[in-house]
Amino acid sequence: MGYKAKFKIWRGDNGDGELVDYAVEVNEGEVVLDVLHRVQAEQANDLAIRWNCKAGKCGSCSAEVNGKPRLMCMTRMNTFEETDTITVTPLRAFPVIRDLVTDVSFNYEKAREVPAFSPPVGLKPGEFRMEQDDVQRSQEFRKCIECFLCQNTCHAVRDHEENKQYFAGPRVLMRVAELDMHPLDTLDRKKTAQDDLGLGYCNITKCCTEVCPEHIKITDNALIPLKERVADVKYDPVRWLGSKIGVRKSDNA
Amino acid sequence: MSSSLDIPPASSAVTRTKAKIGVRTLRTDKWWVMPLVTVIVLVSFIAYSTWRAFMNKYYFSEPLISPFYSPCLSDACPPEATLFGWTPFPSNMLGFTISPALFILVFPLGFRLTCYYYRKAYFRSFWQSPPACAVAEPHKKYTGETRFPLILNNSHRWFFYAGLVFNVILTYDALIAFRNADGAWGHMSVGTLVLLANAAFLWMYSLSCHSCRHAMGGRLKHFSKHPVRYKAWTWISKINPHHPRFAWISLFGVALADFYVYLVASDTITNFYFF
Repeated sequence: MGYKAKFKIWRGDNGDGELVDYAVEVNEGEVVLDVLHRVQAEQANDLAIRWNCKAGKCGSCSAEVNGKPRLMCMTRMNTFEETDTITVTPLRAFPVIRDLVTDVSFNYEKAREVPAFSPPVGLKPGEFRMEQDDVQRSQEFRKCIECFLCQNTCHAVRDHEENKQYFAGPRVLMRVAELDMHPLDTLDRKKTAQDDLGLGYCNITKCCTEVCPEHIKITDNALIPLKERVADVKYDPVRWLGSKIGVRKSDNA
Repeated sequence: MSSSLDIPPASSAVTRTKAKIGVRTLRTDKWWVMPLVTVIVLVSFIAYSTWRAFMNKYYFSEPLISPFYSPCLSDACPPEATLFGWTPFPSNMLGFTISPALFILVFPLGFRLTCYYYRKAYFRSFWQSPPACAVAEPHKKYTGETRFPLILNNSHRWFFYAGLVFNVILTYDALIAFRNADGAWGHMSVGTLVLLANAAFLWMYSLSCHSCRHAMGGRLKHFSKHPVRYKAWTWISKINPHHPRFAWISLFGVALADFYVYLVASDTITNFYFF
């Protein structure tokens, strides 16, 4: 059974804008993105929305629904009461291009700062051999669909624009963790993570994990293990001494 | 030809700004409940433990000793309450009487303060950094754990190791509580169960710790070369998601164990013996 839902959608250009009211039909089984498409078709032809797969796999339709960072295509309308007013805004950590479309190039710039996968010298593609047990742990991180909801929600940059130059954000640091755990990667990425990519800005408040639509345990399985690896080389004098006098084996064990 | 649909490409030189929304959050749920509950519970625990740590009495009633006072290392401790008679600290310093609890509480306190779960709890609730996801924090500046004092949170592993020593001692306390008040073995009381439960909760809290997970095998690149450590890491990875639950249960457990010993030692109740 359809009903008329009350929507407030942020409309604007380059930061300036306002929440505009819409009353729009909602049918059984629909998601927020369906309803926004109906607004676009019937009431606001120039409403800008970024979307693609409508299946929670492309990571394009990230926005904030009632203040919570969500994929619009995965936010079911039946999770709201029919009397609710549903507010949809663009991601608040990134600059607005128009309406619900933001410029997420910050994330790509930070991703480019991560040194690429570095296999042992002389080992060519096709010659890589590794055991499943050694790569299984970081395969979880490969589920990332690059929706950047975690990057948007992390207060270290969301509330502090000035920190964007120092802090790469959870998605990028998860990539560093993945590479540091990789059995064939030869670079020591711990100091880079701490000194260049700002791992110390993470204070473990787990919002990245809370908003991840792929349910990746970003904090527990990537960021905290990375912090512990950094502690091994920067904040553990016993391990440092052990490695200097040869008692400790290489971290590449 | 220009129209209202023209969108500048992402690579253009246009300086864009974030959406000016003007409110701290648009969340409509009760996001403030969890931080509030956390503050109330933690402040209550801090108030209780401070009161008990400075009380300097009612912490021992043969064979029970409060976890706040164990190991009892002051020369004012009753001989039966000490760990093999070892009392390296004076009970009086610079004219002040020092409670035995004050010599040891820095270790469990440090373990919890630097714990990855409690960091989330207190950063959200006390420091509101952030109070909840997508709710703006009130601070103008944020440097996280990049500088003193919060950079000291990287010392968590040291408090974890100290915590293990305490767990061994508190387990020993629970085992010697299988005696009666005269020191005879083969008895069990409600106090025995209380101390046993307290030790078990603390072990679960410690073993599910992220530093423990790392030390057991998390730091390895090649699990396949270390099958035993991989097994240990796998097992700890199973209980690690429950670390917050064990953090709270063990916190209540240690306070309740202390309170039980307080009630017995102050003759408010009698320690009931099953046999």
